[in-house]
Amino acid sequence: MHLRSALLGATALSLATVAAAQAETITIATVNNGDMIRMQGYTDTFTEQTGIEVEWVTLEENVLRQRVTTDITTKGGQFDIMTIGMYETPIWGANGWLVPLNDLSAEYDVDDILPAMRNGLSHEGTLYAAPFYGESSMVMYRTDLMEAAGLEMPEAPTWEFIREAAAAMDNPAEDINGICLRGKAGWGEGGAFITVTGNSFGARWFDENWTPQFDQPQWKEALEFYVNLMNDYGPEGYATNGFNENLSLFQQGKCGMWIDATVAASFVTNPNDSTVADSVGFALAPNKDGVEKRANWLWAWALAIPAGTQKEASAKQFIEWATSKEYIELVAANEGWANVPPGARTSLYETAEYQEVPFAAMTLDSINAADPTDPTVDPVPYVGIQFVAIPEFAGMATEVSQEFSAAYAGQQSIDEALAKAQDIATEVMEAAGY
Amino acid sequence: MARAVTTQRKAINTTLAWAIGLLIFFPILWTILTSFKTEAQAIANPPIFIGFDWTLENYSIVQERSNYMRFLWNSVIIAGGSTILGIIIAVPAAWSMAFVPSKRTKDILLWMLSTKMLPAVGVLYPIYLLFIQLGLLDSRIGLVIVMMLINLPIIVWMLYTYFREIPGEILEAARMDGASLREELLYVLTPMAIPGIASTILLNFILAWNEAFWTLNLTAVDAAPLTAFIASYSSPEGLFFAKLSAASTMAIAPILILGWFSQKQLVRGLTFGAVK
Repeated sequence: MHLRSALLGATALSLATVAAAQAETITIATVNNGDMIRMQGYTDTFTEQTGIEVEWVTLEENVLRQRVTTDITTKGGQFDIMTIGMYETPIWGANGWLVPLNDLSAEYDVDDILPAMRNGLSHEGTLYAAPFYGESSMVMYRTDLMEAAGLEMPEAPTWEFIREAAAAMDNPAEDINGICLRGKAGWGEGGAFITVTGNSFGARWFDENWTPQFDQPQWKEALEFYVNLMNDYGPEGYATNGFNENLSLFQQGKCGMWIDATVAASFVTNPNDSTVADSVGFALAPNKDGVEKRANWLWAWALAIPAGTQKEASAKQFIEWATSKEYIELVAANEGWANVPPGARTSLYETAEYQEVPFAAMTLDSINAADPTDPTVDPVPYVGIQFVAIPEFAGMATEVSQEFSAAYAGQQSIDEALAKAQDIATEVMEAAGY
Repeated sequence: MARAVTTQRKAINTTLAWAIGLLIFFPILWTILTSFKTEAQAIANPPIFIGFDWTLENYSIVQERSNYMRFLWNSVIIAGGSTILGIIIAVPAAWSMAFVPSKRTKDILLWMLSTKMLPAVGVLYPIYLLFIQLGLLDSRIGLVIVMMLINLPIIVWMLYTYFREIPGEILEAARMDGASLREELLYVLTPMAIPGIASTILLNFILAWNEAFWTLNLTAVDAAPLTAFIASYSSPEGLFFAKLSAASTMAIAPILILGWFSQKQLVRGLTFGAVK
């Protein structure tokens, strides 16, 4: 009897030991971009520290959005952590789909997160996603071409100056376009750019009563300025150019200026990929003379935990590690300060070594200049700068941007595009009961 | 003179066939070439065709980042499993429609085809919820069933077309000789329809291999096939064309090789009964 009890006890003990030794595995859905891929490379460090294994599901941004939306709305439970953006976080947080991140450890120092990022990733003061990296948008320009044109880029240019500089740098004989901007349809592509351009001309998506505003003169002025600028000094076929197309053009020395995500700064200054790496300058995104708002957006790729995951504690542990100061130091030690994930923590911009990175100060200034709660001149009922944080926005804005892209391509007039945009927005908002 | 015209026409036809063939193959060729370039060379304008420094770096990075063999194995299981299951179900179905038709046979065939006309995304949520209930999310068996159901109308239609070319009298003779239904299907019908069945198998395998809606939406880690492997290298914010091309080349290589070796069978099957 004693022997039997002893054997049973030993078996139970060994089973418990095996169970404890078996590491928990968390599954993370993420996007394919440089910083996220880099993080995957450091996963072993996290596993060594915690014993938690990590499985990655990397998908293209739009596929990821569809995939995680399906999973979270059906409570599929496929992922323990999701990489989501500033658009989804407040909406999903409000719906109770995400685990609140209000009990992060003291060492994590949640107050160190840049206020703009923290606000954008919160709903009613509760943080629902931790920013892995953040971005705004700014002007990237060729310092050599500016010098040759006899111009000097101000730190905060106006659209009028941008047009003047584009005219001066445009050189079709040398295959150099004065300016390259997004025109591709899609709410996150050309839609985002024209929305912030609209803000910098005083336009807005909706008034305080959720009435669409595409019939207002500010939108017409913004669109006309953009189309004339691009027709005169932009690349051929700009209506289908997005981030990647313009990055490719700029890296090959075919753009005098490019206004886009601050994260592009590390790409265009990387001598391995860019032919103009040593002659790139930065400035704040422009505004129309006399309008206080600039054409810069605010975005973050952040890590969130879907409600209902069985591995909440491990997921939280990973998020604390991946978005910590220690992770930034780990990347800096191995790959240099220019390669750390930018735009998430205040302390990063206080680090002396990081202050020497050429685009660091302008990135921070651009982020600080963006206020999602006050995106344009007149008051709005929504939160978001390059988007409107309501569930209906993605579909509606994609349709609107398709109409705008058709106008860029010369398939319809600006007036026609704006009239259709007004109809689309009105129909969607009425159907949604606003 | 007639001989000269024939030779000339033959030369034109050959040139035209090669030109069309190359045109169709060009995107694949370009992908393969790009996979050996650096990222900077991949986006060069004007594009560099051959005169670049060939590198295997992209393949090495892709190998390092992803577990290619796991994706490949999942693709083989999903495409192979759904094809076998589909054929097992479709052969008797096509037999009954070809040799024992009812007045509703044509309607049934058309109805089966009509299921292909519904956009897949329209039934994503119901299927997803079913998969959650049945515990089939991210499982190979779940994907095998879905792939089989998606391609079943095409398999039935193809087999029906081939079976219609086979004289019913031969089957009747087998029956008179005492063959059971199973024997009739296995030992008489199947051997005669081998080219048709083979090409159906190949086509279905290729369709299942390349399917990228359900395989992306119903898998995560364990059952993710090569379509998910490719998707992980696509990015709207960052230029990774060379790596994406390397991943694509690795994903299509097995099916290209299979297609190359079985092209004779495939063409024979697809043109079966085309000329009477």
